[in-house]
Amino acid sequence: MKHYDDKTVHELDLMAVKIRKHVIEMLYRAKSGHPGGSLSAVDALVALYFHHMNHNPKKPCDPNRDRFILSKGHAVPALYGVLAESGYFPVKELKRLREINCMLQGHPVCTYVPGIEASTGSLGHGLSFANGVALAGWLDKKDYNVYVMLGDGETDEGQVWEAAAVASHYKLKHLTAFIDRNYLQIDGNTEDVLRLESVRKRWGSFGWYVIEIDGHDMKQILDALDEANNHKNQPTVIVLNTVKGKGVSFMENNVDFHGVPPNEMEYNIAMKELNFLQEKLEANN
Amino acid sequence: MVNPRNAYGETLLKMGKKHPNLVVLDADLSKSTKTIIFAKKYPERFFEMGIAEANMMSTAAGLASCGKIPFVSTFAVFATGRVYDQIRMDIAYSEANVKIFATHGGISVGKDGASHQMIEDLALMRVLPNMTVLAPSDATQTGKIVELMAESKGPMYARVGRANAPIIYKEKELKDLKIGKGITVEDGSDVSIIACGTMVEPALDARKRLKKSGISARIIDMHTIKPLDVDLVKKCAKETNAIITAEEHSIIGGLGSAVAEIIADNNIPIKFKRMGVPDKFAESGEPKDLLEKYKLNEKHIVNVSIKLVK
Ligand SMILES: Cc1ncc(C[n+]2csc(CCOP(=O)(O)OP(=O)(O)O)c2C)c(N)n1
Ligand SMILES: [Mg+2]
Repeated sequence: MKHYDDKTVHELDLMAVKIRKHVIEMLYRAKSGHPGGSLSAVDALVALYFHHMNHNPKKPCDPNRDRFILSKGHAVPALYGVLAESGYFPVKELKRLREINCMLQGHPVCTYVPGIEASTGSLGHGLSFANGVALAGWLDKKDYNVYVMLGDGETDEGQVWEAAAVASHYKLKHLTAFIDRNYLQIDGNTEDVLRLESVRKRWGSFGWYVIEIDGHDMKQILDALDEANNHKNQPTVIVLNTVKGKGVSFMENNVDFHGVPPNEMEYNIAMKELNFLQEKLEANN
Repeated sequence: MVNPRNAYGETLLKMGKKHPNLVVLDADLSKSTKTIIFAKKYPERFFEMGIAEANMMSTAAGLASCGKIPFVSTFAVFATGRVYDQIRMDIAYSEANVKIFATHGGISVGKDGASHQMIEDLALMRVLPNMTVLAPSDATQTGKIVELMAESKGPMYARVGRANAPIIYKEKELKDLKIGKGITVEDGSDVSIIACGTMVEPALDARKRLKKSGISARIIDMHTIKPLDVDLVKKCAKETNAIITAEEHSIIGGLGSAVAEIIADNNIPIKFKRMGVPDKFAESGEPKDLLEKYKLNEKHIVNVSIKLVK
């Protein structure tokens, strides 16, 4: 069962470029923040907020809404971009990321921004939080879905695996986790820092239903989300094979752009590349 | 301006050479904490633990139980709050010879926001039995303190900020530095400003401005928050008319609280004021703007001093 057509996919791809431009713009202005992990997360966030999730920016506290929790909080520029474009707050707020007396904090805070479900930034908490949200849904006999995104490096944290055990023990079928599998953290490649492979087998052995896809292929993301919702007796993890820094040539797979914003020259090149991508996509319409 | 974090990395190298038992653990932040300097020279004595701080703390305790001298580093938030029970059981309770060296303490961490601005660490560590708590004020003192940590027994916690800091001391001025003995950096008779870490420099600057207003301020660098130099606090209370404490930490539980406890327990009648981050989470922003908003800079030390003394 396909819930989308080619036009939808095209629009989502265009939105993803738009969000990437927001990310670069925000970080350049803020002169700080995390480009790499923001850019790798964009496509899945766009698929969730502009197609898949049941949510309403006018009613951010609707008890029946689907929830998304960004466990890898440092990627919040991507989420702010998506929330602003969805209508949770004015797009012009993005300009003030990380400024004093401003809504958009360097890491997500649920008491500051409509649409932010959980305060994160200390890695490893989000999946546990998502479990809590899913358990509450079960108690309240509600049907909402819970989505959470973790970094691959983040899954070094023991708490992630405590949460993985709980989710499968309680058969949290409304829960879907994304792993942003970009193979990089701060000190280097994930397999050099603290080996993660086999990611599939690990999650599988914890009792999760595992789907592995190209995390920058919109169709694959949409299909995986449908598959996750249709899978009815286990939590699902979608391993997104991604490229850290996706969309900006010199940031791609470059660990140096984990937490360093573009300088003026880099900003200009990045925007040029993204504009080019946008024009190319528009021409393909 | 030198970054105390660099002094930490360089001193680790020096102490690593001297002590073959010295080992270093980090949790995916070696480029920020500067343990990478040690890792490059002694890769076999450096353990990259991944983003898994709790595991790192208990592992360090195990290493220490076999005679190793583990230095454990990450940001102050993750080096204390994230791993409190591991520190409590495996390090403090067990009197393990583990040296926790944390960077990115205080609100001057800046734009990452309150999630990354650790303002409770001195309180959390101070309340643990057996724990020594340190907050060096410049790169020179950081180096000296790291040397002392490597060469004295027992659980210790030290924190520095994120930013570059002006140099206050020459190396030879610190040759007699002792853990638990505060430094009278400048003498004065009207008010004692007892500061630690990143607040020592602004206190020194404030002193110059106070002088112009006819106020003579004594500046104490209280690099050791625990065990606190009780004699020095008493001496200040006796010889000056007022005491101010200044720290880039919550107003609750840190240096100010420690000094207040001494004053209260000893029935010392003195004008007293604590300066610290008010009891709330701060926010993202430029460090200097945050320090102004939360009243932790030279200007505010001057204002508080004048108000208290007159
Ligand atoms: C508990 C905790 N430890 C350390 C950090 C510092 N930190 C921020 S991002 C990061 C690396 C994250 O890598 P990964 O999860 O792979 O994220 P991505 O590659 O998607 O950016 C680290 C160590 C943190 N935020 N929280
Ligand atoms: Mg990663």
